[in-house]
Amino acid sequence: MKRIIPVLLFWVLLTLIPANINGQCKIFAKRVCKVELGSFMHDGNYHAAILEEGEEAELYKTFYAGQDYRLAICGDDNLYKIEFTVMDTERNELYNNSDNDFNATWDFSPVNSEQLLISVKVLPSENNGADNSGCVAIMFGFTEK
Amino acid sequence: MKKLGATLLLLLFLFGHSCRDTSKEKEEEFEVDVTVEAMEELARVKQVFYALPSPVEIAALLRSSGAIYNEDLLNPVENAANYLTTKSIALNLGIYITDLSYAGFFDQTQASINYMAISKELAERLGIMDAVDRHTLEKLEANLNNRDVVMDIISETYLNSSAFLQENERETVATMLFAGGFIEGLFIATSLADESNIENNALVDHIVDQKFSLELLMKLLEDNIHNDDVADLHAKIDRIWEIYGEIEISSSPVSVERDKEGETAVLSSSREVNITPGLFAELKDKVKNIRNSFVSY
Repeated sequence: MKRIIPVLLFWVLLTLIPANINGQCKIFAKRVCKVELGSFMHDGNYHAAILEEGEEAELYKTFYAGQDYRLAICGDDNLYKIEFTVMDTERNELYNNSDNDFNATWDFSPVNSEQLLISVKVLPSENNGADNSGCVAIMFGFTEK
Repeated sequence: MKKLGATLLLLLFLFGHSCRDTSKEKEEEFEVDVTVEAMEELARVKQVFYALPSPVEIAALLRSSGAIYNEDLLNPVENAANYLTTKSIALNLGIYITDLSYAGFFDQTQASINYMAISKELAERLGIMDAVDRHTLEKLEANLNNRDVVMDIISETYLNSSAFLQENERETVATMLFAGGFIEGLFIATSLADESNIENNALVDHIVDQKFSLELLMKLLEDNIHNDDVADLHAKIDRIWEIYGEIEISSSPVSVERDKEGETAVLSSSREVNITPGLFAELKDKVKNIRNSFVSY
């Protein structure tokens, strides 16, 4: 029994690790990504995921006429680069941050309310061999016109 | 020590059982006839989010649409004691945070304090420990005349609640929270809109625009429909979705005026909306019925 307990404890701890990592994601989103919103008011939504190099996440959201928005997408320091693309519902590209030196933010203002799709990808690092993963947070701020 | 060993063995059994169920589900999934491209897409896109307008954004939209403040529309805080199930607590936490945001955006100081306190209570009853702490309440009371600080506190409260639920794999409870908040916003907007004049009415335009977000809410509910409470919500909210299906919105493709460095990009499109007074009245009535079923006990 004495030998089996450490093994069992290991398995129990293993089940707790994802929640702990996700908890770190919330702190990352609040402390790092929210700052990128600057003078825009954070809407309060929380969207974050642990992504590995090459993995993607997608987010659908309606953006309303009469508001100016800032989109902020941030990745952990150990991730190489985060590419994001903003598309309409037909997946026509409206913006790609690779055209802007992989900037973490994009400010935009819809004339009419639009449902948009935001695709986020963790680019593979140039340093082959390392298979990094980390938090990626997507946050929105707005200002009234 | 024997007790500890037995407990650990039980935990290991449960963990192993859970793993087996998951792998069995995966085996069944692979029996479905899917294309190679679809499988590659699934592997590449690890997570899909459906972002609904938050209570803070809903309140901002109400104000910018010319809505007024009407405290009679809020769910009274006294009702909170009667919510005993996870479903009713989660729905009404979303409702109360929307009411809190509405009060906060319209500089209603006493209502803001009351609704923050009741949101804290319901969050704690859902096991959300850090949604609102004593420091947050003190900060709110000290900054009641500073709307930006008040709204930042409210958005932080919402973030803490939804993040806690998502991180602890309680997506169904989070979905109910989002649904409650969204329907409350729609209830306030439809209650305040002037039915006799739906043409060139900013508040009606705002209500029509919710068709896009309602579509996302329906997808979110469908993702969690294995849960009986969510399935029940889906059936109720589907009645609103059916009415929205009759509201015609036709849009041109979006064009972007490329921003120079440091400037805001403008997303342009043209749009035509077709909604009749009768359809609007039907929508208002349906939203009211469903919202009232959420706050009743």
